[in-house]
Amino acid sequence: MSAGVVDEHADAAAKAAAGPVLEITGLSVGVRGEDGEREVVSGLSLSLGRGETLCIAGESGSGKSMTALAIMRLLPQPAGRISAGTIRLFDKDGSAVELTALDERRMRGIRGDRIAMIFQEPMTSLNPVLSIGRQLTESIEAHTGLSHAEAQRRAVEALKAVRISEAESRLKQFPHELSGGMRQRVMIAMALALEPDVLIADEPTTALDVTVQGEVLELLRDLQRQHGTSVILITHDMGVVAEMADRVIVMRNGRMVEEGTTADIFTGPQAAYTQELLAAVPRIGSGVGRRASAEPDPATRDKVAVVNDLHVRFDLRGGFFGRVNRRVHAVEGVSFSIAPNETLALVGESGCGKSTTAKALAGLVPYTGAVKIGGRELSGLGGDARKAVRRDVQMVFQDPYASLDPRMRVGDLVAEPLLIHGIGSRQERQSQVAALFERVGLSAAQMELYPHEFSGGQRQRICIARALALKPKLIIADESVSALDVSVQARVLDLLKELQREFGVAYLFISHDMAVVENISDRVAVMYLGQIVEIGSRDQVFSNPRHPYTRRLIEAVPVPDPSRRRPRFARLDREIPSSTRRIGESVPKLVLKDFGGGHLAAIAD
Amino acid sequence: MIAYLGRRLIQSLLILLGVSLITFALLYLLPADPVRQIAGRSATPETVENIRRQLGLDQPFIVQYWHYLARLLGGDLGRSYIQRSEVTELIVSRLPASLLLMVGAILCELAIGLTMGLIAAVRRGTATDQTLMVASFVGVSAPQFVVGLLLLYVFAVRLGWFPIGGYGSWRHLVLPSLTMGILGAGWYARMMRSSMIDVLRQDYMRTARAKGLARGAILFRHALPNAILPVVAMIGIDVGVFMGGIVVVESVFGWPGIGQLAWQAIQRVDIPIIMGVTLVSAFAIVLGNLLADIIAPFIDPRIKLR
Repeated sequence: MSAGVVDEHADAAAKAAAGPVLEITGLSVGVRGEDGEREVVSGLSLSLGRGETLCIAGESGSGKSMTALAIMRLLPQPAGRISAGTIRLFDKDGSAVELTALDERRMRGIRGDRIAMIFQEPMTSLNPVLSIGRQLTESIEAHTGLSHAEAQRRAVEALKAVRISEAESRLKQFPHELSGGMRQRVMIAMALALEPDVLIADEPTTALDVTVQGEVLELLRDLQRQHGTSVILITHDMGVVAEMADRVIVMRNGRMVEEGTTADIFTGPQAAYTQELLAAVPRIGSGVGRRASAEPDPATRDKVAVVNDLHVRFDLRGGFFGRVNRRVHAVEGVSFSIAPNETLALVGESGCGKSTTAKALAGLVPYTGAVKIGGRELSGLGGDARKAVRRDVQMVFQDPYASLDPRMRVGDLVAEPLLIHGIGSRQERQSQVAALFERVGLSAAQMELYPHEFSGGQRQRICIARALALKPKLIIADESVSALDVSVQARVLDLLKELQREFGVAYLFISHDMAVVENISDRVAVMYLGQIVEIGSRDQVFSNPRHPYTRRLIEAVPVPDPSRRRPRFARLDREIPSSTRRIGESVPKLVLKDFGGGHLAAIAD
Repeated sequence: MIAYLGRRLIQSLLILLGVSLITFALLYLLPADPVRQIAGRSATPETVENIRRQLGLDQPFIVQYWHYLARLLGGDLGRSYIQRSEVTELIVSRLPASLLLMVGAILCELAIGLTMGLIAAVRRGTATDQTLMVASFVGVSAPQFVVGLLLLYVFAVRLGWFPIGGYGSWRHLVLPSLTMGILGAGWYARMMRSSMIDVLRQDYMRTARAKGLARGAILFRHALPNAILPVVAMIGIDVGVFMGGIVVVESVFGWPGIGQLAWQAIQRVDIPIIMGVTLVSAFAIVLGNLLADIIAPFIDPRIKLR
């Protein structure tokens, strides 16, 4: 599949000529809050051609999801309402229905049948107490006159269409028995079973692992091509936009900022905001934001942390007496070291053990193996000595909303580590916290506020300030920028880099996002099923990946450049195996082969 | 499943053993003397001592408890001090009435409570919601004997729709069941409302609406099974609350169940009956909880018994 820019143009033009399937004019959506009604979408007009993929891109709060819900007439009730504008859905013969004027009963006939929607969170978007089969057939039965047996046959077809193996037996399964990627495929099957004219996909791959994301996007593309479905794809990820879209609409604060074909938006963005947004997108191998990879000399420098043959296992109980009969081998013989002023990135997909490794390092889970922090062995220490070592390791977590106590002032939150370790007088702590606030780009005056008064990016800055308070040698950043919008993400990454230069702190940077990792890391370790499969300097791993899994991870990242759409993605037909094993079952230990210059990978020649 | 049931059964037996020990100890420590009750005021000290020896009440506590336990394992709950008959027979003859009352009460509280909670959740924030919640609050806080007497006065004395007391037809069952059910209905309404509001906010409810399903299907197929789960666990615990309520309600309505039996026995320090009723109640509570736990996986497939 070669996708030249010229072809794309012609393609998009042809699709537009076939007449629109959906047309929105002057749409405004209001949401009533405590301080009156707020407009979350203002005067939005767009049209969607038959068989076209239109991406609505924007950051959180841009109104893109509200637009989707307005089309479905599913705005949060009773607070949300369409305050102005029209939404017209066209038939094949050109006759139109005005969706905003339909009563609830007729709107129900449209939902699921002519306009279907899939959502961001596959883990929570399926009903946990109903079988997959039931959830698939009920919408088929609701919109067609088919008998239950016929609906069931249709459901099996739909599951096969989304490449789910053993479709018949899947009908009896429940959502919790499937992985996130499988659930999202079930959602897609459900949405496409009735061959709707329009599919609205609201961040359909954001919650998925990157390799699974690649598969799901490709699946969406194939299905769209087969059925000629028009797709509105809502995403914050410019990589996904480049990969999928015919046309793009960029939104900000409820308004359309720019509209154009994908090629035009990426090659010549007109609006300043679009330019900013594109500039902030982390890209693999683009050179943006890269600095010369530090050349650590492993022999001569004192390591901040040395991890040797780390194992973390969780027992699962079962049987008559509730004895341990299985174990999750979360981390299985992991070894690495981090030098001062160095950033080691730990990458891998969900369940690979990267966060558990970090928790073991911070002393939050029991482990076996050797962990040395600042030259001191962690396991043999008593309470006080352990507390002293803990000062040297601090964490910044993923969710800035959940990791700050909502009942404490942020100044106190940042001062708390100092208080726990008994450092300084009250005044000294106060001034130290003020200095930290200034350092992370907040003002000392904001110390008196509570967490809910800050945005996500600001909260993550507060978390960073809290981690810095004890002047640690190592900060563990566990998916610390994953929940942030790209522009905010870029600024927080810059802050982390600045702080490293200033304080010489080392980072263990845990992420699933390869582009972010390439941006910030000096060295990279790739984890799979609890073991490191490849480790080396950033350049070694990204320019010359040795392990097939590393290659897969890098290839799977959507490239924010429509002229470089990827060739077909190598599909993985099986699910990633589980790291749960029976007692006594041994885990084959991977042997890392040295490729020189500290580049190790687990391959047998 | 079998391993699970086996383990739960052993646990249940241990609980019953504990209950028997604690109840026995409490009754032993009681200042009231059962022998005085049996012998009457005018009995001579010799007669009293005779009766005490006959009943084995002169033995030390451990010996008494041991004897009781040994008989209990043989299925013998002993003889009533006052009524001169086997406790097992007394309880067995009165148990059906109490069970009937309990079933009636559970049906009442589920029907009233769940309906109120469901309506309140769907109409959240409206006057209907507020009215229902005030009503549930009244239900929760009204003492059962007051509710019972009130119902009796209005529906039996004034309107004459139901008999004033006694046992026999379904008409006898209505008022006592309602009296017991109203308390639980209040709790269930509140629980169902919050559980339902929680479920209505879930992502999968939005999915159900996006499919274009009818309102009834959304509510009853998608929301209700998810919302009812915490309520099911509550029913198990509720059996215990009922056992307390049964003593009051059966007395008010002259219902010939074990509650009435217990009430009479307590007044006359008839230790074997008190012990018997307590053990039967404890057994019912344990059984209720076990049933609730066994039902749960049928509602929510994510729950596995192990």
